[in-house]
Amino acid sequence: MRVNMTVNGEPLRADDVWEGESLLYVLRERLGLPGAKNACEQGECGSCTVYLDDVPVCACLVAAGQAEGRTVRTVEGLAEETALHPVQRAFLEAGAVQCGFCTPGLVVAVHDLLERNPHPSEPDIREALAGNLCRCTGYENIVAAVKLAAAS
Amino acid sequence: MTTTTPATVTSSGIGTSPLRPDGTLKVTGEFAFSSDLWADRMLWGATLRSPHPRARILRIDLTGAVATTGVHAVLTAEDVPGHKRYGLEHRDQPVLAMGQVRYAGEPVAIVAADHPETARRAAARIVVEYEVLPPVVDGEAALDPATDKVHDAGNLLRHVPIRKGDPAATAPVVVTGEYEVGMQDQAFLGPESGLAIPAEDGGVDLFIATQWLHGDLGQVADCLGLPPEKVRLSLAGVGGAFGGREDVSMQVHACMLALHTGRPVKMVYSREESFFGHVHRHPARLAYEHGADEDGRLVYVRARIVLDGGAYASTSMAVVANATTLGIGPYRVPNVTMDGYAVYTNNPPCGAMRGFGAVQACFAYESQMDRLAERLGLDPVELRARNAIEPGDTMPTGQVVEGPAPVAELLRLVRDRPLPGATGDDLRELPGGVANTTHGEGVRRGVGYGIGIKNVGFSEGFDDYSTARVRLEVVGGEPAVVVHTAAAEVGQGLVTVQAQIARTELGVEQVTVATADTSVGSAGSSSASRQTYVTGGAVRAACAAVRDEVLRRVGRTDATLEGGRVVAAEGVVADLVDVLAAGPIERTVEWRHRPTSPLDPATGQGDAHVQYAFAAHRAVVDVDVDLGLVRVVEIATAQDVGRALHPQSVRGQIAGGTAQGLGLAVMEEIQVVDGKIRNPSFTDYLIPTILDVPPMRIDVLELGDPSAPYGLRGVGEPPTISSTPAIVAAIRAATGLPLKRVPVRPEHLTGT
Repeated sequence: MRVNMTVNGEPLRADDVWEGESLLYVLRERLGLPGAKNACEQGECGSCTVYLDDVPVCACLVAAGQAEGRTVRTVEGLAEETALHPVQRAFLEAGAVQCGFCTPGLVVAVHDLLERNPHPSEPDIREALAGNLCRCTGYENIVAAVKLAAAS
Repeated sequence: MTTTTPATVTSSGIGTSPLRPDGTLKVTGEFAFSSDLWADRMLWGATLRSPHPRARILRIDLTGAVATTGVHAVLTAEDVPGHKRYGLEHRDQPVLAMGQVRYAGEPVAIVAADHPETARRAAARIVVEYEVLPPVVDGEAALDPATDKVHDAGNLLRHVPIRKGDPAATAPVVVTGEYEVGMQDQAFLGPESGLAIPAEDGGVDLFIATQWLHGDLGQVADCLGLPPEKVRLSLAGVGGAFGGREDVSMQVHACMLALHTGRPVKMVYSREESFFGHVHRHPARLAYEHGADEDGRLVYVRARIVLDGGAYASTSMAVVANATTLGIGPYRVPNVTMDGYAVYTNNPPCGAMRGFGAVQACFAYESQMDRLAERLGLDPVELRARNAIEPGDTMPTGQVVEGPAPVAELLRLVRDRPLPGATGDDLRELPGGVANTTHGEGVRRGVGYGIGIKNVGFSEGFDDYSTARVRLEVVGGEPAVVVHTAAAEVGQGLVTVQAQIARTELGVEQVTVATADTSVGSAGSSSASRQTYVTGGAVRAACAAVRDEVLRRVGRTDATLEGGRVVAAEGVVADLVDVLAAGPIERTVEWRHRPTSPLDPATGQGDAHVQYAFAAHRAVVDVDVDLGLVRVVEIATAQDVGRALHPQSVRGQIAGGTAQGLGLAVMEEIQVVDGKIRNPSFTDYLIPTILDVPPMRIDVLELGDPSAPYGLRGVGEPPTISSTPAIVAAIRAATGLPLKRVPVRPEHLTGT
């Protein structure tokens, strides 16, 4: 089948999509946007978090056909042309990036959190990010990065 | 290639925390992990695995798979062109099953097709007729000569005896205990994956996430029947490792499919397959007897440790040596009798995971120390401090502890941290969280301690070296350095550290760390907390060789390189750009740490280890004793890192390692029933979330090991080792329960 969607502001089309493919697969393998990650592909880890019509979703749980005609924003669409988004910069500066596999999903989740709650408390931060697994950092520097981004 | 251009030399040499050179790509989603790769005309590989832990293969019928539209290759053991077995220490593992399977999940056949789903469906159409046999699933039973043999040579992989002092020593105070550690998974987030591209010379280029490119190279080339120079490996982005990428997974399979089809082949495991695709932490049974005098000073330790290695050897021989040689902890004990066994069973293969044998032993010996303290009415920190090893003491192997060994100091540091206050009324800070299971009723607080010891680097006489190539040249009118090694950046920040070392040694701001590949010599594995030590040492040595040539060119021996210039006591002697007008300077150096010795096979005596590292933890927990729910409130930890080359990354390692120890304490276990994994998903295998991991208070000591580069001490593993027993001790303190098994589950606390 054919799927049309607007991704990071650009209208894109994927052809020959098998009906069983996820939005994640289409983004990664057909549209050249591998930023959203394939850690569990069952909605447990949050590493594939993207915006679908401004709502963060696990792209692995969205069938590609469900994205037809809709708007998707991925981690690749957060930075400006010349500068990182403050959330991205905070992750970098706070040491919240190790292997980096969880990072794209976390960056989108934190972006969403700060849109909704610009000055979250630590329990707010932890509650909001409970769906994003990280295996490297122990979350210590991720919490620090969110606080840094909120202060910037 | 990753390039950094720091603002000043002083802000980005060793001891500072410059930004990771790969960090920008990682936060923007542009960093190419091994599962992100793509090539023109690329096919997808899939693996058919055994559903049985032990069975004979009577017949394999490939017809259905071969007939599937879109399938380009279906291969079995007969198609393995070279050696049909691989293995890190002992080549006992078939590339594809030959006549029998020894664990549930063993690869039997592989498929290449034009879509991953097509490949999976075709694999499912392969018909394998099995004669199912009763599996050997108990590590202790495996040692019984009457038990079936998993391999013809028998089920004992290795026995490590330790005999120190008087084996018949007695003591007035004796505590005994039997402990059990469940099978933990590395659960790195980036699944096993890679891209193999056939080359015109009949060889293959493999882009792969691994911990040890040359470790893979030797095995892959042998199995492909190709000379090593025709197999070229490059490191693709690695989504975490923690030991789980030390063994080969899909490397040979992807290359076989690529060479067979003449097309690039990508393989990416699903999360479920990942649980079958790599080795795990050995489940262990440990029986200990500690004898002490009335003051709590240890007189003897006797112990028996059995590690279930599963179906294939992997690194079990080294893991059991660690568990045994480090098996009494960082304590002074004159009389030690220990026996460690690694055995074959038909359970999933086990091998390297962060802590590598030291984790299992630490849970047992620290549990014993708490029992001894309780018996004597002593404070647990005081009891440990009384027995803490100091420089000059001997380990159970007879090896003398050299350099700083601040065991008592680390314990006191975590003990003296202010305790966290009582939990407030925010549901999110109570056990059970927003599940609203308690408003504080039935919640008990406990505090517990743990300290551990880990060896750094490969032991027992292994030739443990790294190779670094450093090139100093002029780029755009400025001096610039390229550092090239085969060392795997797995997330720990090695790329940053390599550049920091080059800046410090050569006084040049612009440093590029080239992509790790096999066109340069081996760096050894990114494991055993060794890579900053050994590859860091190699980079420093290669920089020194480059610097020697600079000084030779300017005819001086008394100068240093700073800020792009050659500087001596009287001032600037030369500009590096001018020195390099005669051509770039490139040096390649193989660097080794000091040699180690094998263990005596009868007594376990020998200077087997390179360096010891220590970390201590204090855990504070709240336990809902009615429901068995645990919330870790805070962890305080202290670790001597010798010298922190990148302090921010050091703290990141400590926090991350501590969290993995938390996972083992209260949630993480691969549940194996009759040889079959029952929870191969992140739905059923739980790793700590941000709600499970508490704030950490981290003390970093930099006491300097005089025998190590810059005085550094390996960092990665120690934090994983002692957080587990500290948390369990805290749960014991809250509940009064003995808790002899990890992970601790709710039913262990409620007795239901």
